Amino acid sequence: MEKISAIASLSQLNRQLGYKLLVIVAMALAFAYGLVPLYDVLCRVTGLNGKTENVAVSAQSRVDSTRWVEVTFTSNVMPGLAWSFHPVQSSIRVHPGKIETVTFIARNMANETVAGQAVPSVSPGKASEYFKKIECFCFQRQDLKAGESREMPLRFYVSPDIPDDVKALTLSYAFYSAIK
Amino acid sequence: MSYSTTVDHEEHHDHPSGMLRWLTTTNHKDIGTMYLTFSLIMFMVGGAMIMAVRAELFQPGLQLMHPEFYNQLIGVHALVMIFAALMPAATGFANWMLPLQIGAPDMALPRLNNWGFWLLPPAAILLTLPFTLALFGIGDGAIATGWTFYAPLSVQGGIGVDFAIFAVHLLGISSVMGSINIIVTIFNMRAPGMTLMKLPLFAWGWLITAFLLIATIPVLAGAVTMLLTDRHFGTHFFDAAGGGDPILFQHLFWFFGHPEVYILLLPVWGFIPQILSTFARKPIYGYKAQVYSLCAIGVLSVVVWAHHFFTAGMPVPALLYFMYSTMAISLPLAVLFYCWIATIWRGSMTFETPMLFAIGWIILFGIGGLTGLVLADVAADAQYHHTYFVVAHFHYTLFAGGIMGIMAGVYYWLPKMTGHMYNEKLGKLHFWLTAISFNLTFIPQFFLGLAGMPRRIPDYALQFSEFNMISSIAAFTLGLTQLLFVYNIVSCARGGKKATDKVWEGSNGLEWTLPSPPPYHTFNEQPVIR
Repeated sequence: MEKISAIASLSQLNRQLGYKLLVIVAMALAFAYGLVPLYDVLCRVTGLNGKTENVAVSAQSRVDSTRWVEVTFTSNVMPGLAWSFHPVQSSIRVHPGKIETVTFIARNMANETVAGQAVPSVSPGKASEYFKKIECFCFQRQDLKAGESREMPLRFYVSPDIPDDVKALTLSYAFYSAIK
Repeated sequence: MSYSTTVDHEEHHDHPSGMLRWLTTTNHKDIGTMYLTFSLIMFMVGGAMIMAVRAELFQPGLQLMHPEFYNQLIGVHALVMIFAALMPAATGFANWMLPLQIGAPDMALPRLNNWGFWLLPPAAILLTLPFTLALFGIGDGAIATGWTFYAPLSVQGGIGVDFAIFAVHLLGISSVMGSINIIVTIFNMRAPGMTLMKLPLFAWGWLITAFLLIATIPVLAGAVTMLLTDRHFGTHFFDAAGGGDPILFQHLFWFFGHPEVYILLLPVWGFIPQILSTFARKPIYGYKAQVYSLCAIGVLSVVVWAHHFFTAGMPVPALLYFMYSTMAISLPLAVLFYCWIATIWRGSMTFETPMLFAIGWIILFGIGGLTGLVLADVAADAQYHHTYFVVAHFHYTLFAGGIMGIMAGVYYWLPKMTGHMYNEKLGKLHFWLTAISFNLTFIPQFFLGLAGMPRRIPDYALQFSEFNMISSIAAFTLGLTQLLFVYNIVSCARGGKKATDKVWEGSNGLEWTLPSPPPYHTFNEQPVIR
């Protein structure tokens, strides 16, 4: 009898430990999903992957005219969007703090109205938090009618706080078919 | 082992016979045998796939297959070898040997154990079924992204990706259940007197593996589930257009993927010292140092993942952190190498097949480790990344360090499991052919990688022709040699010279105190360890 009850209590103990370990599994799964917002925050704070704050900032007045920063623009159209899209000028030299306006041209080559969304990225990553957009076509989705072409402005400045060793940065736009 | 129904029912022999026995068994030896058999079958399946790949790479140009099919073969080869061959082999050994080594009557959760195994065959079918479906014009074949499922390619891929996602779910559930079972068994079922610091090293290696599995497999399961919802349910975890980030997938994947490397190797690091000690007729050197090193490697393995994608773009401090932490793993690993060598140092060694495999394993796995240090160097990695150098490196760690280690274990324990001695001459021939053809396959790939041949591409520049031809011929030899392995195992299971209980002169441990083969139920009375 004693042995039987010992076996019963052992299998109970085994079960209990099994359930405890299952909690670790559940926590690990929650951790995986938790990494998604965590990673996003980390990228925005550190500028990892060149993620920039995609919101308008107000202008500021301090201009550092002793320095030049070369800003290069690149453009991509992702698969599934029948647009052509390119910057009017491929690069511009700016003084940090000075507000500049550049223009991108997009043309819808499909024979129906299509919505696109531009996603910006700045390289090197550590420059991304110093690239400030005042007005950008990337703040909202763009609807283009069949065959329509549009000049889209971008008003920005490079923050004077940008580290001295950053002499050049690249702003890349990828246009995606907008999510319905 | 089969009993006719007319025989009086004896309580503990009252299990069904034939197929139903294997479907319903909760006996750890039966389940271990099923795991090992499944692993051997899938090893041959995965090997056949890569034979086709090496045939395509025999000369430059496209001769045998479309690039799409080539992409499917390399991805499924890796998934099959990792999840369906190496992991089940280690779990099979755990099922067979852990209860015997720690003096337990069975695994702690026997029904979970049965379920854990029977999830594997459906998973293997899910992985390989799209190949067959494509023959009938359904879908465009198996997953073609490589085993890493990288987004956005995997978001755009065909139904093969969905099949692979569900296969990974099943495989993940199976290994999590297996791991829970192993942890509970080791914590609750040890023989009286067997403290944690008296555990056989194999149990220690598996304990750490099991904890790594339950902490990282759910992350992989989460990542592929996100992929699934991105593909079909309108989420944008990895889609930049919706605010997601494809690089996030790489982080999630390798947060699982790097510990996975150690998951595959830790059980092997556990039993190799036992083999070395047996055939050197000396006790294991530095048991405590090995236990602590295994633990240290287990902990370090979860904080180094980003070295797999140095070139994806990272801030310099992150690069440096991942480089130094990766290189730090070589310190506890060096302790292990030191202990392995010290175990056989001045021992009275004999070179039976398990010992040949174990010693070959030390040398070849050493090459795998050293080339890993080269890849861990951020500055050098930019040149080596995504070349054949990487392919050669991880085959030295996973084929030599993983599969050849498993082979050592198979030859070591086969007489215990079957009760018969295997054919020693054939075993030695198998070792030498395997070791030589393995080196001839992968040494040329180091040089191909250094010269800039990219991996995962079915065609290559003309200057790579000779080395690829050498590599292919050696790979065919390596593949054919494994038929000897299968033949030796099958004939040993069917008969042969009777094995003694102790099997090896220098063997040491509880499993060698039992008859060969051990009876269906063992250690119902737990032994007491002094």
